[in-house]
Amino acid sequence: MVQSIAWVITMIAMGAIALSFLWVAVGVGNIVEYHGVVHQAYKLRKLLFVILLVVSGAVSATTLGGLPYTAAQGAGFGQTQVVDAVGARWQWELSTDRFVAGQPVQFRVTSTDVTHGFGIYDESMRLLAQTQAMPGYTNVLTYTFARPGTYHLLCLEYCGVAHHGMMGEFTVVDR
Amino acid sequence: MVTHPDLVPTLGARRAVIAYLAVFGAVLLLMMALGLLMRLNQGALVTLPPEIFYQSMTVHGTGMVGVASIGGAAVLWYFLGRYVRLTTWVFVLNLLTFTVGAAMILFADFVGGFAAAWTFLFPLPAKAGGQWEQWAAMVHLGGLLLIGTGFLLFHLDTARAILGRYGSLTRALGWPSLFGNDPEPPPPTIVASTMVLIVNTMGLVFGASVLVISLINLVVPQFTIDALIAKNMIYFFGHVFINATIYMAVIVVYELLPEYTGRPWKPNRPFLAAWTLSTVLVMVAYPHHLLMDFGMPHWLLILGQIVSYVSGLPILVVTAFGALMIVYRSGLRWDLAAGLLFIGVFGWAAGVVPAIIDATIIVNSVMHNTLWVPGHFHTYLLLGQVAMVLGFVAWTGKTRASQLFNALAFWIFVAGGIGLTQSFLYAGRLGIPRRFAEYLPEWIGQARIGAFSAALVVIGTVMLVGPLFIRLNRAMAVR
Repeated sequence: MVQSIAWVITMIAMGAIALSFLWVAVGVGNIVEYHGVVHQAYKLRKLLFVILLVVSGAVSATTLGGLPYTAAQGAGFGQTQVVDAVGARWQWELSTDRFVAGQPVQFRVTSTDVTHGFGIYDESMRLLAQTQAMPGYTNVLTYTFARPGTYHLLCLEYCGVAHHGMMGEFTVVDR
Repeated sequence: MVTHPDLVPTLGARRAVIAYLAVFGAVLLLMMALGLLMRLNQGALVTLPPEIFYQSMTVHGTGMVGVASIGGAAVLWYFLGRYVRLTTWVFVLNLLTFTVGAAMILFADFVGGFAAAWTFLFPLPAKAGGQWEQWAAMVHLGGLLLIGTGFLLFHLDTARAILGRYGSLTRALGWPSLFGNDPEPPPPTIVASTMVLIVNTMGLVFGASVLVISLINLVVPQFTIDALIAKNMIYFFGHVFINATIYMAVIVVYELLPEYTGRPWKPNRPFLAAWTLSTVLVMVAYPHHLLMDFGMPHWLLILGQIVSYVSGLPILVVTAFGALMIVYRSGLRWDLAAGLLFIGVFGWAAGVVPAIIDATIIVNSVMHNTLWVPGHFHTYLLLGQVAMVLGFVAWTGKTRASQLFNALAFWIFVAGGIGLTQSFLYAGRLGIPRRFAEYLPEWIGQARIGAFSAALVVIGTVMLVGPLFIRLNRAMAVR
């Protein structure tokens, strides 16, 4: 969902920029006095600046509410399931690999060798959440799985020659 | 204050610039070929052993950052030389250190097997897992250090020259006009060059520091650094250094679009404010690379998102809008150079969009280290920075190639660039990880579209850069 929204917004904004450049490039031969252009353009630039500032401020204010850093993120009713997730080349070790849907799972993620990326994918290989797995640090990632099924772990930080093969699995069951 | 170009580069200086552009073209094509090879491998159209893929990836990432900087430095030095007296031997020394450093990196990676990516995240260089020998890591990191030292000298020379003529860095940034009533601000080239020397000096100091620490760690394993602090230093350096390549390259736009259109690019208050703001913001925005490092102070990550949003505005509102304003109904007669400069500004502005989107923390949670990331940086580097430098290459000698050839080269490059970047962005939407040597079957299709587009980019770039090598002796003679 987040990915689709991000992609659509990106395409619209990039498309608008592309059309602006195309419009100016195509109309270059129809010459006008620069003095008049400057006057109008500066007014438009001010308006553009204010619009962009307001939009970016509003987006920041909206999106900074639900950050993934707090342990309570994703928590609903019921008991939190705590699991230690340790990355080491080239495998993931989970202290338990069976969770209950609808109850928050708190992944306590670390690494014993180099930096890895702890990426959780669903059965359709859609990326749901991630955090870095770094030696000397334990990053707490909390996620509530809505549906039962088999979920996949991929390494999302390059860690060496078998990086692409550093995968794991766990199961989410119905209550 | 000097507000108009009054110096003419010597023949030696112009030859040095051409040498830079020749190295730029050659290394760029080599790195592009490696990029194409990687996309072909991901698309299962060729088969590379994983170790070769990751060595290629390390060379490609490191080499592209380096070559973008070489191209940017050529642009900056050529146009800055119109206003201040620069030292040619320092400029040449930087090219030599780059060439030797690049050779060291190629040897360390392809012969020694070093493959820790351009990021060389601590402690990966020392934990080879049997993939490379210690000497290879030392030669690679030593090569990087040598290249960084050359660039530091380069910026110190531009600092000396600018200070010699403008007295202080704040005057060179136009503060007397921004905050006072000085009616004659410095020209855009001086402002941009001053910004670049400030941020890159800072970036290079941090980069060199973490390189030295990593080198000592290779010899004395007991000497360590906190992995997260090292990552902060690496990304501060990397973020600043790669952004500086664009800030250097855009100088060619400030200098040449006025020549093409007969309209001046005035360094007015919004322009000066944007560059002063960018000087600060480019250094403060780097935490957006560490949004998934939950061990970071959370206020710093939130600041990273907010600053990233704000830092995009000067680009869009001042440079991109300024370029549109100057070209708009100006009667400009399109040629290869003008087209590349214009597309370069477009690529920079367009690439800002997915970059800002990715700097949004909740988006970063599902986009970080997916192909969305190369999607946005290839947009503002390939279609932005590289297009600007290629525009400079085209302008240096006004190629004698036919208009049809130039038009073909331009559109093949642009079409390939758009295809490549859009395939990356779409793959990022699907959650496909970056830096994977082997793909799951469902990911292969988009990689093939990327590979086809990358092939177009290589063909277009050969057509754009080729004439430079043919006319190396005559290039710059007319400028």
